[in-house]
Formats: sequence, C-alpha cells, structure tokens
Amino acid sequence: MTVLLVATLAVPALGALAAALLPDRTGRVVGTVAAALAFLASVALAFGREPGGTGAIRPWHQLDVPWAPALDLRFHLGVDGISWPLVVLTTLLTLLCCGYTVWRVPVPGVDRPGVDPGGPAEEARPDDRGRYLVALLLAIEVGILGVFESLDLVLFFVFFEIVLLPMYAVIAVWGGPRRRAAATKFVLYTLFGSVLLLAGVFVVVAGAGTADLVTLTQRGGAGLGHGTQVVAFALLALAFAVKSPLWPLHTWLPDAHTEAPTVGSVILAGVLLKMGTYGLLRVAVGTVPGGARTLAPLLGVLATAAILIGALVCLRQTELKRLIAYSSVGHMGFVLLGIATLSATGFQAALVGNIAHGLLTGLLFFLAGALKDRAHTGELDRLGGLREVAPGLAGLLAFAAIGSLGLPGLAGFWGELFTVYAAVRHGGPLWMVLAVLAAVGGALAAAYFLRLLRRVTHGPAVNAVVGLRPTALAGAELVAWSPLVLLALAVGLAPSLVLALTAAPVHALVTAVTP
Amino acid sequence: MNPVLAADITLPHINYGAIAPILILLGMACVGVLAEAFLPRTLRYPVQVLVSLVAQVAGLATIIGLALSNYAKKPTLTAGDALAVDGPGLFLQGAVLVLGIVATLLIAERSVERGGAFVAQAAVTAGSEADAEQARRQPSQTEIFPLSLFALGGMMLFVSANDLLTMFVALEVFSLPLYLMCALARRRRLLSQEAAVKYFLLGAFSSAFFVYGIAMLYGFAGSVKFHDIAVAAISSGKSDLLMFIGLAMLAIGLLFKAAAVPFHVWTPDVYQGAPTPVTALMASCTKVAAFGGILRIFYVAFLDSRWDWRPVIGVIAVLTMVIGAILAVTQTDIKRLLAYSSIANAGYVLTGVLAMQKDGISSSLFYLVTYGFTVLAAFGLVTLVRDQDGEATHLSRWAGLGRKAPVLAGVFTFLMLSFAGIPLTSGFTGKFAVFSAALGGGQTTLVIFGVLSSVLLAFPYLRVVVLMYLQEPAADAPTVAVPGALTSAALAIGAIVTLLLGVWPSVLLDVANSAAQFVG
Repeated sequence: MTVLLVATLAVPALGALAAALLPDRTGRVVGTVAAALAFLASVALAFGREPGGTGAIRPWHQLDVPWAPALDLRFHLGVDGISWPLVVLTTLLTLLCCGYTVWRVPVPGVDRPGVDPGGPAEEARPDDRGRYLVALLLAIEVGILGVFESLDLVLFFVFFEIVLLPMYAVIAVWGGPRRRAAATKFVLYTLFGSVLLLAGVFVVVAGAGTADLVTLTQRGGAGLGHGTQVVAFALLALAFAVKSPLWPLHTWLPDAHTEAPTVGSVILAGVLLKMGTYGLLRVAVGTVPGGARTLAPLLGVLATAAILIGALVCLRQTELKRLIAYSSVGHMGFVLLGIATLSATGFQAALVGNIAHGLLTGLLFFLAGALKDRAHTGELDRLGGLREVAPGLAGLLAFAAIGSLGLPGLAGFWGELFTVYAAVRHGGPLWMVLAVLAAVGGALAAAYFLRLLRRVTHGPAVNAVVGLRPTALAGAELVAWSPLVLLALAVGLAPSLVLALTAAPVHALVTAVTP
Repeated sequence: MNPVLAADITLPHINYGAIAPILILLGMACVGVLAEAFLPRTLRYPVQVLVSLVAQVAGLATIIGLALSNYAKKPTLTAGDALAVDGPGLFLQGAVLVLGIVATLLIAERSVERGGAFVAQAAVTAGSEADAEQARRQPSQTEIFPLSLFALGGMMLFVSANDLLTMFVALEVFSLPLYLMCALARRRRLLSQEAAVKYFLLGAFSSAFFVYGIAMLYGFAGSVKFHDIAVAAISSGKSDLLMFIGLAMLAIGLLFKAAAVPFHVWTPDVYQGAPTPVTALMASCTKVAAFGGILRIFYVAFLDSRWDWRPVIGVIAVLTMVIGAILAVTQTDIKRLLAYSSIANAGYVLTGVLAMQKDGISSSLFYLVTYGFTVLAAFGLVTLVRDQDGEATHLSRWAGLGRKAPVLAGVFTFLMLSFAGIPLTSGFTGKFAVFSAALGGGQTTLVIFGVLSSVLLAFPYLRVVVLMYLQEPAADAPTVAVPGALTSAALAIGAIVTLLLGVWPSVLLDVANSAAQFVG
C-alpha cells in the first residue's frame, strides 16, 4: 500500500509535467486524468489499513527512507485518520477543478486603468494557457498532499513551500482585474509565514535532535525546555496563523480569494487554508505541547476575535466573492478555537470543521464564479432575483449558504457545535466567555448568509440578472458540484463518517500532549 | 666560500604524485603560453580550448585518483610541509576544477557574439577607429585560456597551501590573471578596464594587508607554518596582541577575495564591468578558493583561539548577509544584482565556517559547490540576452522575456528559485546544511540573521521572475541569442546540478562529509 502513498504524490507530479508539455486541450485532459488517478489512489489508502505501532501517531501506511543522511533528512510519509480526510478532500477538489478547467479556462480580468472592474471582460482573447493552469493546480496538489502526508518536519516544510509559487502564478496570471496586487500580497504574507515556520522547525529540531514527527509527538515535548517550547510554538503558530488565516494576519485572504480565478479560489479556500490548521494541530501542538498549553488562551482569544470580526465584516460586504472570503476567516476561527481548547472534542471539531468548510466554501466559490461568469458582476447591489431567472443556480447557492451558516443536518453545523461545546467543557471564565462569543459569531454567520441570499436570490430580478445567460446549469458544472453537495449532505447527516476516522488518532494525540 | 651559501640546506622532499593536479594545471598553462607564441592564428583557438579542457579534466581525474587512493583518509604534508594533501584540499581542488570546466565552456563560446566575448587586441585604445575595426572583424584573443589556467592552478595551490608564504604566492598567482581577464571585454571596454583597475588596486591593497599579517604572525610564532602558529597560540607566555593583529590582517586579505562586507565594495563594479564569462569564473571559482583559504586558516592555525575571534567574524557574517541582501533589493542591473547576491551568499558560507566543527566544514564545502553551479548557469544566461550594444543587463530590458523565450525564462526562473532557497533546489539544501551546522555549533544568532536575510534576498530574485512573466515586453526588447553548443552545455550542467543537489543532496554531501578533516 506504500505504493499508493507514493502514487498520490508522483501521479499529480507527472500529470503536471505532461499537462505542461502536451498541446492545450490534450494537456488539460491528461492532467485531469492524472488528478482522477490521484483521487482513486487517495481513496484506496483507506483500505487495508493497519495502524502501525503504538505511538502518538499511528499511520495506516507509511514510507520511511533516508533522503539526505548527512543532514538527517528523511523522506517519511504516512497517512492516518487525521490526515486521510484532508488528503481525499484535496484530491477531490483538485479533480473537480481540473475537470472544470477542461470545460472552461478562466479569462484573466482586464487590468487597464479606467475600465470598470465589474464590467464584462472585453479582451476575452482565446488563449492556450489552460494546460498550464491544470499543471499548476496539479503542482499545488503535490505540495498540499505532501504537507498532509509528511511525518518529518523538514519534509513538511519543503512541501509547505512548494505550494507557494504555483498558487502565486494562478492568481497572478488568471486572476481578476487587481490580481497583481493580490498575488504580491499573498506571496509577501506567505513568505513571511514560511520564514517563521522554518525558524520554528529549526528550534524544534535543534532542541530535540530529531525531525521525525512520530518520535516528537510521542515524546510530547519531553527534552525541550519550557522556554524553548513557548518560542517554538509561537513561531510555528504564527506561521500557521498566516496560512489559516487568523485575525489579524488574515488581510491577504480577501484579496487573494476575490481576485483568484474560480478554481484558484476553490483550492485556496477548500484545502490551502487547511495546511495552516492541520499544521497547527499536528506540528505545533503535537511537537511542543508545553508551549501550546501556555499560549492556548491567546490563540483562543484571537480565534474568537476572528469569528466575530469575520462575521461583522461580512455583514457590510458588497461583493459576493469578498463576502465568501471573509466568511472563511470566521469559519477558520472556529477551527482554530477548537484546536486551542487542546481537548479531544476540540480537535474533533476542528477536523470536522475543516472538512465541512472545504466542501461548502469550495462549492460557494464555484457558484460565485459561475454567477460572475454569467452576470459579469459580483456586486450585491447589481444582483437580485436570481431565483426567478435561474432557479437551479439560486437553489444551489441557497443550499451552500445554509450549509455554511451551520444549519443542523448539513456539514457546517457539527464543527461549530462541537467547538462551542469543547470551549464550555474546557471551563473557566475565559473559555466560557469565548464559547458565548463564538456562539454569537455563529448567529451572526446566519445573519450575513441570509442577507446574502435575500440580496442575490430574492426580490425582483434586476438588469444584470435578467440578462444572465445561460440560465440553466451546464453538464460540467453539475458534474463538478454534485460531489460537493452530496458530501456536504452526507457529513451533515452522519458526522461519524469523519469522526469515526479521527477518533482514535485524536485520542492518541491528546494522550501524548496531556502532561 | 661564502658561509651562508655553504650552510647545510637540504632540499625538501616533494611528493610529486600528491601535488600532480596543481602541476598539471600550471604546466599546461605554460603549454598554452607557448602555443600562443608559436601557433598560427587560425589554430590557436581550437588548440587553446583543447589544452584548457584537457588540462582541467586531467587534473580532475588525478584528484579523483588521489582521493580514491586514500589521500583523503591518510592526509600528507609535502614540500617541506608547505602543501597539504588532505580531504578538504582535494575536495576544494576538485570543486575549483569542476566549476572551472563549466566556466571554460562559457569563456570558449564564440557563436553568441561573433568572435567571442573578449577583445581582439586589448592594447588598442578604447573607442578609437582601430577599436571599432577590431570589434567588427577580429576574433577574441586566446590568451584568456592560459590566463584562466594559471588562475585555476593558483586557486588549487591556494586551497592546499599549508603555510602563509605559500598561501600568499598562490594568492598572487590566481589574482594577477584575474585582474587581466577583467579588462578583456569586447563591448563596453572602458567599463571593463575600469573594473580591472579597481580590482587590481583594491586587490593589491588587500594583498599588502595579507603580507603585513604574515609578518605579524611570524613575529608572534617565529614561523609561517599553520601548525607552528596553532602551537604558539596555545602555549602561554606569548603576547596574543601580535597574533590578533596578524589574524585581523590575514582575515582582511581573505575576506576581500571572498567579498564579505565591509570588504565587498569592489564586487558589484567588477562583476558588472568584467566580461560575463569571467564574472562567472570569479563568482564560482574565486569564491571556492577564498573560502578554502579561510577554512584552512581558521580550522588549522586558529582553531584553539576561536573563542576570541569568532564573535568578530560573526559580526562580519551578519553584516555580509544583511547588507548584501538589502542592497540586492535596490539593484536595477542583473549583473549587479547577482554581485550583491554573491556577497550575501559569502555570508551564508561564513555562517557554515563559523560552526567550527566537522559539519561546518562539510556544509561550507557543499554550499560552495551548489552556489558555484547555480551562479555559473545564471551568468551564462545573462550572456544570451542581447541587443545591438551587447548584453542587455538592465532589469527593465528583461521585461516580458517569458513570452519571447520561454525556455530561457524557465531556466532562469529555476535558478532564481534556487538562489531564493526554495525547496527541491540546491539553494535550499545548501542553506539548510550551513544553517543546521551553525545551529549545531551554537551560532543561533547567525542563523536567525541568515534566515531573515534569505527571505529579504528572495524578493530581488522573485522580482526578476515577475518581471519576465507578468510584464509586457518593450517594443525594442532585446533578442535572446541562440546559445552555442558550449554555452548550452554549461547551462545544462548548471541547471541539472542545481536540481540534482536539491533533490538528492547526499551525492555530494557524503563526499564532503568524508573529506571534512584537515591535516594539521
């Protein structure tokens, strides 16, 4: 089964090469086939699993070979109940995005001054760069999967870095009118985060003498002084907070999400942000739990601030994609708050929240992209009455929005509920206050999503929406979206789909990190 | 009879086998000079290229032979202890030659610019009628080949020198040809000559410091041999003052060659003015040689006094990294940008050197090779972007190259990513190696500054990438010359090694590790 682990990385990598080298349409199709194979390989990872060892991390399958013995670098990959759902989410979303690109290559926005940024893209010149987009998406997939699968700190860092530049290119080449500034901001923030991550990795590795995540997590920080642990956790948490993103380090996110092409936004929101939360859980909390315990209240306060501020900002947003982007800040706030409780329930909530957010926000960005492609605007003022003109699109948008606001029975509900529950269970005045505030934030989320629906789908149809073509959903769109709809429903109705997988590894982790 | 002459002088025993690589290089350089004197003009170029490459390949083969025949494990001193044949010495000699071969390929290229990158008759006044005539008609001088062989031979001598006098002689042997080579550009000759004069004057000045340092250390230890200095340093009863003055002077001379701040001011001007293939040679081979000397002096002669001088050199390392990175951000000329990046990279090597333990040596050796290959390929690409005035080195002229020349832009992007230290390139593994060695040696401050400056340094590189892909090319954008076979080979080697050492660093790191033991 180790072969499958390698395949999840090698197949997209080869696919990326092939897509870049072949002629346009063939390249896109071949890339999509590679993404499909990677998806199958990642699903197959769940079969024949045998939790290895008795440590804090018990990978179902692992591969551990020396990479550069002189530098103590190991190529240590593994997948367990915490990482597998994210791995599948990544391969699934990449497959959907690649398939979507076969159907439609995004047209870069016009960035000449004086052109109405919301106006139709006049210079919609056909180009043959779609294959490069597919290649970049696959390259991003390799990086993200590597992050989720690596069990070695340095390897983790290596994969973390790989994601940066392809994502930059996706935003900077295929993005909206202000893509350059957004892409630059993205790179600046992320590079800054990478440095902190590298510094944190160095501190941990130099202090503990090993970069092996399994060993490090098993030790639970033993052998590292408390001061070192706090410094290391601060560095790592900051690095992941940039990626997640955590208020107040989130300001790259609305720009990047808004300007990125649809598939870029889906990958960004769907899985890229999860690198931050996953890293926080597995790397920061796992290797330096002592530091985590000291700084958890601070993390909790910032996460709650993110929930509230994200929600309040959303109430005032006038642009569709920007609103969804800010809603991500709030949702990731819930995930981070769950992790900050340092309890099994909190971790579970974070992992379910991750998956739910990946499914629902991915869907929301697909829908927003489809709407903007048709109506040529994302301004809420210029939209309205979508229900009358395009009931299919409006219905799906309502589904995704309601799921995202946390309606019981849909995926978004469980993560938020468990997070608040975990904070209450944590006890103490601070955490009670945080729990109450987070719950208020959850209610605000309902408010802004309902406002969104009222503005976009209800009311009389305005001009931009009346002229909306085509009103029906294309086959490719249905194919790309239906898995997300179904999974969101499935996770919502049976959260144990995810919880059952994560329960054992989370329990092992909590045991290891509790003093 | 004169009693001095009659004194009993025994000739030192020389192990010719062990120093064969140096002898081959210097001997073949002499052959090159003779060829220049006696061969008809048409034959000189092919013969010189052949002599140059054969000499280096033969030298390299001999080095590999020596390393395999256990000289690396059982190091020896020879020629009256003046030369050391040990692991680091052989590794550095090999590195100089490997990089030298690639640089020679760039130097020998004649199809990118008609007649080659070098002037036909350096003595003709720049800008005169005769100059224009020779620029149009005549092929390059071929003296460049024996000159480069002398320089490479001198570098090899320099990295194995085991006493200060030999080291000084070697320093001059490799510096003087370099001064001349800097002046030989075919285009922009005044700039090139200015660079040569600047390099020569400042180089002479730093050599004077070096000699003065030798005098001080001789006064301190009564000997110029590294071993005797090391012994004198631990024996009590001697004033350390002379030693520290001497060490400071030596360090100035060496850090000048290595282009460390504050002895770096020549670097951008010289790198910019010199013919680009020569710049490539200087950025790769000279750096290897300079750090070879620094390593040997610090690890053999001054190891036991490291607690006293390490903080000072540490400050220099921090300054070198930070100032190199900051100034690189402000550059608008690609050659100057690479020059400042080479300054910052000197700081990273210095970080590895200051680990003052075995993996400090091996990581520095590794870093020097990784950097050398990448910088060779980068300068090789610079020679290809041309307009009617020769190379178009201003950054604004590189806008939109990604569309005009996707392959060139792709390779250059890859090299820039390596400089920026992105994983899966040799730039990352190199930096990782020196930083972890420095951490192991307790140099946390250096590593912090190293990591911070490397982020800062990523921006100028990424700016070039952005410029190439995301900006519209100007109407009179430079053309991209089709590289000849030699340049293509050099570029391919540089890029492939950059990738290989990024993905599979063990290939070289293991060699460096097994070589990292100085003979004292």
